[in-house]
Amino acid sequence: MNSQINSIQTQKFSGFKSFSTLFKKEILRMWSVAGQTLLAPVVTATLYLLIFGVSLGGRISFWEDISYIQFVVPGLVLMGVINNAFANTSSSLFISKYLGNIADLLVTPLTPFQFMTAYSLAAILRAILVGLVILGVSIFFTSLPWAHPFKAILMATVSAFLFAQFGLITAIFAKSFDSLSVFTNFLLMPLIYLGGLFYPVQQLPSPWNTISMFNPLYYLIEGFRSSILGRGEISFAIAFSVSLGIATILAYWVIYLFTNSSRLRN
Amino acid sequence: MAAIDIQNLWKQYGDFTAVKDLNLKIDEGEIFGLLGPNGAGKSSTIHLIAGLCRMQKGSIKIFGKDIVTDFVETRRNVGLMHQEIVIDNFLPIGKMLNLHPGYYGVKIDPDWRDLLIERLALEPHLGKKMMGLSGGMKRRFMVAKALIHKPKLLILDEPTAGVDVELRVALWDFVREINKRGTTILLTTHYIEEAEELCGRIGIMHHGELVALDKTKSLVQKINKRHLTVSFKTGDDLKITLNEGDSLQKVINDLANPGSKDGRESDNKNYSEVVDFDLQKGSLEDAFLSLTRTEGGRRE
Repeated sequence: MNSQINSIQTQKFSGFKSFSTLFKKEILRMWSVAGQTLLAPVVTATLYLLIFGVSLGGRISFWEDISYIQFVVPGLVLMGVINNAFANTSSSLFISKYLGNIADLLVTPLTPFQFMTAYSLAAILRAILVGLVILGVSIFFTSLPWAHPFKAILMATVSAFLFAQFGLITAIFAKSFDSLSVFTNFLLMPLIYLGGLFYPVQQLPSPWNTISMFNPLYYLIEGFRSSILGRGEISFAIAFSVSLGIATILAYWVIYLFTNSSRLRN
Repeated sequence: MAAIDIQNLWKQYGDFTAVKDLNLKIDEGEIFGLLGPNGAGKSSTIHLIAGLCRMQKGSIKIFGKDIVTDFVETRRNVGLMHQEIVIDNFLPIGKMLNLHPGYYGVKIDPDWRDLLIERLALEPHLGKKMMGLSGGMKRRFMVAKALIHKPKLLILDEPTAGVDVELRVALWDFVREINKRGTTILLTTHYIEEAEELCGRIGIMHHGELVALDKTKSLVQKINKRHLTVSFKTGDDLKITLNEGDSLQKVINDLANPGSKDGRESDNKNYSEVVDFDLQKGSLEDAFLSLTRTEGGRRE
């Protein structure tokens, strides 16, 4: 062995390096399946815009000065953001658990907070990219007023963060691919579709409009849509506060699970 | 300073107790072997040390730091090669090797990386993903991954299980070299003769308890009896079992003076016609079996 090479580490430890490496790995993983992560939402969004915007949109109108396709585009963008934030964290962590390579990460000095933030930031990045791609597609169908672009970015980021946490929690509890799809099909999808994606919730008959107020997706969609269209059913402050509050609670839960869950360290 | 200091360690999985009140100190610079039959608690102990599972009671210190309260400090000093082959297939192994030290908060040392690649013969495979490697190559890569951040403590959980003799010998040579340069090694293996050859001290676990702990040679001598086979011109063999402390000189004198005051009783053998002696040492395998054999004579 070359005697000049030290086999014991002498470099100073950097906690940020641990975090940034996991973040980088998540970005590389996302990029390695770019077709699946970035192109698939383009197809889905185009189909939605063709069906709900072009085909049916001419016959639907909720607000006088806003066309249906303008109404539905923010919802479709946010659906892409939410779906991809959830998919990024849930698939990455669950596949790591399934293949067993999560053990390679659990023995490193990464803290539970660093696990949460690295997975979440990568998910937010993917979600925002997908949101931008869907917005790009929507340019071919309509133009948006962009009343409060900064608020829209803030709302999309918080939404992505919230569903990144949801994805992590799902992955930690899921025992199989089947149980993962149960979360997606029986919880996530109903919440999205009943949260006012394609219609204004307040126009639903009672008690469905009241019940919908308990759906966290309602606040995300309303907050994002009102930021873009300049009008909505609830104030941005309420929508943002509720979304941030739920996201924070879920983030603490994720940190707790990375610290204590027997599903990760038995 | 002890590299590993385990005090009153308990680990249970439901009703099953995997580790029972384990106390063990491994000194810095040692190559320590942890042996035991399947289910003895070896892997549980290793997983507890590495932070892969949580203990019910007790404490573990690595280089003086507690693995629970100072886990950032302790984990950066440990490299673990898992017993099971862990597949991560999204990047080629060369890129994964470059990425891995970052998790431990350090930049890669290119010279060290090149050395590991050379010594583990990974160069032709760096562009391949893990699924494209043979079983032996996967294990070589896992060794490189466990060492790439230059840990002070290397834990090898049955590293040579199912690999060919060539790799096994090469791997142990490499482990010896790493150890000489200051890395403490804790290993479990089912190849007992290798543990005997490689490890300075050995602990044997059974049913979650440490049933033997000593220097390898002492452990073998203490537990095992030596066997002397005496061959005669006539073709007869006489097998004599030497107990601990028996001097070979005394046995030979006895053979030379049959019927003497201190010699052997007459057994109708003509000791002047002895043509050969064969002294067989007890092996670690014998020691292992004698310690872990159940009352019914069946190994668990």
